[in-house]
Amino acid sequence: MSIYINKDTKVIVQGITGSTALFHTEQMLEYGTKIVGGVTPGKGGTEAAGVPVFNTVEEAVKATGATVSVIYVPAPFAADAILEATDAGLDMAICITEHIPVLDMVKVKRYMEGKNTRLIGPNCPGVITADECKIGIMPGYIHTKGHVGVVSRSGTLTYEATHQLSEAGIGQTTAVGIGGDPVNGTNFIDVLKEFNEDPETYAVVMIGEIGGTAEEEAAEWVKANMTKPVVGFIGGQTAPPGKRMGHAGAIISGGKGTAAEKIKALNAAGIQVADTPSVIGETLIKVLKEEGLYDKCKTH
Amino acid sequence: MNIHEYQSKQLLRDYGVAVSMGHVAFTPEEAVEAAKKLSTDVYVVKAQIHAGGRGKAGGVKIAKSLDEVKGYAEELLGKVLVTPQTGPEGKEVQRLLVEEGSNIEKEYYISLIVDRATDSVVLMGSEEGGMDIEEVAEATPEKIFKEVIDPVVGLTGFQARRMAFNMNIPTHLVNKAAKFMLGLYDVFIDKDASIVEINPLVVTKEDEVMALDAKFNFDENGLFRHKDIQELRDLTEEDEKEIEASKYDLSYISLDGNIGCMVNGAGLAMATMDTINYYGGSPANFLDVGGGATAEKVTEAFKIILSDENVKGIFVNIFGGIMKCDVIAEGVIAAVKEVQLQVPLVVRLEGTNVDRGKQLLNESGLAITPADTMADGAQKIVELVG
Repeated sequence: MSIYINKDTKVIVQGITGSTALFHTEQMLEYGTKIVGGVTPGKGGTEAAGVPVFNTVEEAVKATGATVSVIYVPAPFAADAILEATDAGLDMAICITEHIPVLDMVKVKRYMEGKNTRLIGPNCPGVITADECKIGIMPGYIHTKGHVGVVSRSGTLTYEATHQLSEAGIGQTTAVGIGGDPVNGTNFIDVLKEFNEDPETYAVVMIGEIGGTAEEEAAEWVKANMTKPVVGFIGGQTAPPGKRMGHAGAIISGGKGTAAEKIKALNAAGIQVADTPSVIGETLIKVLKEEGLYDKCKTH
Repeated sequence: MNIHEYQSKQLLRDYGVAVSMGHVAFTPEEAVEAAKKLSTDVYVVKAQIHAGGRGKAGGVKIAKSLDEVKGYAEELLGKVLVTPQTGPEGKEVQRLLVEEGSNIEKEYYISLIVDRATDSVVLMGSEEGGMDIEEVAEATPEKIFKEVIDPVVGLTGFQARRMAFNMNIPTHLVNKAAKFMLGLYDVFIDKDASIVEINPLVVTKEDEVMALDAKFNFDENGLFRHKDIQELRDLTEEDEKEIEASKYDLSYISLDGNIGCMVNGAGLAMATMDTINYYGGSPANFLDVGGGATAEKVTEAFKIILSDENVKGIFVNIFGGIMKCDVIAEGVIAAVKEVQLQVPLVVRLEGTNVDRGKQLLNESGLAITPADTMADGAQKIVELVG
């Protein structure tokens, strides 16, 4: 078991004919992901990376039965690509694209309300279920199959944590990069809920960073609902306060959002927090041993 | 991206939002000319820098004559203002705004911001305008009102009026205040702003409702569709190295330490700084080379890091996903050769095409200290810098 995606998930690639998208489509195919098609308006009827290209998402879904889309469309057009994926009724749209204007995302979020599609990202590395399905840009070889879920706001820190787990013999169920943008589709709590219900996931690593209050909210949810151990890390503990213009940002976050606040909130929810990113793996192992889960999680 | 107060006010005027009358000046003579164009006896001479807290720092002067305008202009131009938002080094005043004085009845606070918690634009307002709005928010949060705006219909009339009533704007001026807010929202959306803050919004003895100050912050990701806003950028307000970095789409922030950092991804970049600090070192910068780096970009990143004289060593920490390690390696090699690197360099590579990347570095014959992990690399560079 895993969350969101597995070996049977059929995936289309929006913006497949771009060079980055092509490279990663090949990498995903190599990993074993069922990429069944791509979309580039105007290039319908051609092929890319050995899969058929369609003009619209709707056509691609009809022809291939895909349920998930991964989006590599350039930032000025990416919001529209998410809308198109939502309109086509996909289960999930995973948007890798960074630098999407935030007001575009405000509209996208409003459009997606009450619709079936789950958005992951934007500005994220994607989702991977080890040894089954890799959707996004993460390097496949650092993941190994097992029982720990990973959820993170930062792409490269997700790799860092997952790599440490694999090196220490702790495999993963699914790793989800939710992206670092201020307005995004899926938050920590959404993913934590899934991991909590997934029988194969025994523990979770949650990686946050400064800014916003998503970690604080997640901590409260964990305290009230989570039945599995969670280990955390917060990036930006030594980041200097930004040079800023006004006060609105400080007022709306109500004094929350600093690394110290977040670590306090996580600790208060019983989540052990790694002091440095290099000891995320160690911290998890310590907790697994305390909880008597180490032997069950040690996969290799 | 930030702009000056006088630019913000022009933008508001363009949208029919009431602001105090005034003109920009770069010299004391221009300040006098600007004052002559105003129909008032009381002039306000305001330093234009990209930071708040100017009043308390002595950057705002009230002049009762043209001579006084000239005197204050001479005093302010070239002066370095230090406010809580400039950092200890302060900012040099190079432009002034000369305005008509206002007969202020009461000061209020209004802002629009993209709120992460509601995924929406939020209008915030308070009757406690003036300088210490953050204190108001902390001590008396019930005095800060919020309206969450639906992007489909935009800020509605009833929301703007409700805000005006909540702020205790005099009843006969509620419609004027609402019109002000609706106009403000239009500018915000049209120009891809991320924050606009009016502090204070004033009601005058003549029953005007207008902005006495205005601060805009624009979403960098939306700038591509606003040439007019891009033209308002004042490069003298920004760090030279940060400007150079932005030309190559590198995200760079200068810091006080001596270890130059080159990392991909903001999260990993922050974590790398944390780790260097943990081992007793001090980072000279935050530098995120982003997802689509080329060898050329990496070379430029090196040049920017090295243009900081404090840099005594460099730590490259790359975990490649979208970024390929061999591309980074090529960039590092080219850069080391081109800049004839004199300081120690520690490189940690992991991720996509890592073996080719490591092989390229090994075969280069250059003095590069390899590191296996982020902690290993951080320890090594801290030792080498000493």
